[in-house]
Amino acid sequence: MGDPLSSTPSTGSARAAINTGGAPAYLIASIFGALLFTVATVLSRDPLFQFQGWIFMIGFVLASAALTIGLSSGAFNQAASRYMDNVIKAGVIATMFWGAAGMLVGVIVAAQLTWPNIFYFPDFGFLNFGRIRPLHTSAVIFAFGGNALIATSFWVVQRTCKARLFGGMTAWFVFWGYQLFIVLAGLGYLAGITQGQEYAEPEWLTDLWLTIVWVAYLIVFLGTIWKRQEPHIYVANWFYLAFIITIAILHIFNNLAVPVSLLNHRSYEVWSGVQSAMVQWWYGHNAVGFLLTAGFLAMMYYFIPKRAERPIYSYRLSIVHFWALIFIYIWAGPHHLHYTALPQWTQTLGMTFSIMLWMPSWGGMINGLMTLSGAWDKLRTDPVIRMFVVSLAFYGMSTFEGPVMSIRAVNALSHYTDWGIGHVHSGALGWVGFVTFGSVYCLVPWLWKKDGLYSNKLVEWHFWIATTGILLYITAMWVSGIMEGLMWRAYTPQGFLAYSFIETVAAKHVEFIVRLLGGLMYLSGALIMIYNLIRTVGLPNTQHANHPADALPASAVLAGE
Amino acid sequence: MASIFKNHGKLERHSMLLLLFIILVVSVGGLVEITPLFFLESTIEKVDGMRPYTPLELAGRDIYIREGCYLCHSQMIRPLRDEVERYGHYSLAAESMYDHPFQWGSKRNGPDLARVGGKYSDAWHRDHLINPRSLVPESIMPPYKFLAEHDLDYRDIKDKLRAMKTVGVPYTEAEIASAEDDLRAQADPNQSPTKLQAHYGSKLNIRDFGGGPNRVTEMDALIAYLQMQGTLVDFTTYKADAPANQR
Repeated sequence: MGDPLSSTPSTGSARAAINTGGAPAYLIASIFGALLFTVATVLSRDPLFQFQGWIFMIGFVLASAALTIGLSSGAFNQAASRYMDNVIKAGVIATMFWGAAGMLVGVIVAAQLTWPNIFYFPDFGFLNFGRIRPLHTSAVIFAFGGNALIATSFWVVQRTCKARLFGGMTAWFVFWGYQLFIVLAGLGYLAGITQGQEYAEPEWLTDLWLTIVWVAYLIVFLGTIWKRQEPHIYVANWFYLAFIITIAILHIFNNLAVPVSLLNHRSYEVWSGVQSAMVQWWYGHNAVGFLLTAGFLAMMYYFIPKRAERPIYSYRLSIVHFWALIFIYIWAGPHHLHYTALPQWTQTLGMTFSIMLWMPSWGGMINGLMTLSGAWDKLRTDPVIRMFVVSLAFYGMSTFEGPVMSIRAVNALSHYTDWGIGHVHSGALGWVGFVTFGSVYCLVPWLWKKDGLYSNKLVEWHFWIATTGILLYITAMWVSGIMEGLMWRAYTPQGFLAYSFIETVAAKHVEFIVRLLGGLMYLSGALIMIYNLIRTVGLPNTQHANHPADALPASAVLAGE
Repeated sequence: MASIFKNHGKLERHSMLLLLFIILVVSVGGLVEITPLFFLESTIEKVDGMRPYTPLELAGRDIYIREGCYLCHSQMIRPLRDEVERYGHYSLAAESMYDHPFQWGSKRNGPDLARVGGKYSDAWHRDHLINPRSLVPESIMPPYKFLAEHDLDYRDIKDKLRAMKTVGVPYTEAEIASAEDDLRAQADPNQSPTKLQAHYGSKLNIRDFGGGPNRVTEMDALIAYLQMQGTLVDFTTYKADAPANQR
């Protein structure tokens, strides 16, 4: 965490304490944490609790060491007059690292379903599909997506508020605390620590840790807004704020549980059966709505106008679609529970609001695409702009597909099939992935003060390989999903079920191979990107005095509306 | 209309007001859809036969969750003709009333398991879990050889029952106190089942589920759980067409 920024002169010890950003307090907390988990690990009889305890212990010991070295070398003395960008650099590196790791695990699970005889190892049960599938989903959603959101939000909130991040070292606590959460969750799944709720697999201890980190994140973000020198809060920050606070609410209510004991890794959820299902999909669908949609729309609202050098198309549309989106999204959860034991009135409400959700979703797409009015020629010259446009196209497509699939009659066919897998991947690979790639392609030269990327040609390669990969992936899943849905309900002329279940599994083999190929292509694109970014960081620093990073924030552009 | 947009400026200038409005707006949907489920009596049907899991079944359920079985197997039969013919009577809300959390699933890479209990023999389950492709050549399920090799660690079973009681499952103090004995009694046909049956009724599978004599393995627990799936509710007394059960 060496801070290359020039240190400001400090007068008196009170001033010095402020300048180290609260590092001594974090040092004391880390030592306390290390001691607490040493005791807990010694006392526990539960091997899986001890496993978590060791991870916590190692994390806190490393933190104590880093803080001690940093404090004694004076590396934490901060220039309060500058933007806090090193934590964003770390966030960008983490985003790309976890992205590649998560996609790799995705390729592995796809290979397991395609060739089970080759990719399952009877002697290594921890590599079974059921344990590494949550590793894949958590790595791409929370590690890749989450780090991208934290890093970009730190960039955007500083630039649009013209203020340094609030809370000194707290931003670093958010970053490293979040990485600890990822390691706890990921290694936990491999070891068998899960509470069995999709996309909310981490157990109570990890959940508590994430809650602490998330509250710190909210404080850093809100505090920076309080310090702003702009009268108006820029639209991207509304979306970031909605994402942060709603994810906190969802996380807390879906994870309310009673631990088996304070020294046991396992807990039981307070809700059961129908209520448990409803709370879970209220959570699950809004993890999509607020993390994967609202959060990434925030990214879109900053990076697209910035890259295109055009103001946001419509200020009024952004107001209307923001409030409509966050109001309606919350209701859509029950469409995951059509024809289940959930009462029908709830299912119908969920379906109705899911269909209404189509319009506010497209509001974001229209606002993003129309922002390019007058700058469409950039599509030919700037592959990063092209990535943004394609991300919005996939966003528009999957937010149309979603409402269609939420209609009960369609859902009767699509539910439980690969169609759902295809749907989430058109959103995740197309929308979330591409808007993140585009933003990171913007951020790296800004953060490391370079004139531009190492190679636009490689961005072209990334773009075409990844786009083709997504198309292969989703078309394969449409075919296999609709096929298996139809086979499950097929009857012979005599009125018997036409296919046994295993026949419907065997029928999907070719589509699984195509899906695997698509996933491999998408991963290859990400690896090309990482290579390109590493070479970019190695370029000589920019000579321009007026660097984009110091340029006027986008809010000033908006104010001209 | 224009005044609405003018007044929006207030939210854009006051972060706490913006935060408060966001919280209010995102709360409505959840409150309307979720809270009634706790109060409307029609949410869960009145049925005969539901009982809490025995300690062995609960331990098996924890293994089911640990291995992520729910990621490929649903436990929710929808009231559609093909599903009812393939898997059995559609699932009732009452059947997961003691499930903390629910395990309905969202994807069928494998078949639904809501009524798998009693469909196959213990030996079939054991062989299938050890190597699925030895019985079903086209299967894409992972192998679970290690379940037969690991003794079940049930030192915390009392704590587990107590935690379940805290979240609302009606275990009695006597059931919690004898959880370890009850667990062993269900997996060992040579022990007296009297106390176990006094606690959980007579509708119980009591036998060596395939882990071998004189030991209780993770395989025993998982198979005990699978073999009771969907077998509790008495469908001879349940009237699906009764108005009270129309939801």
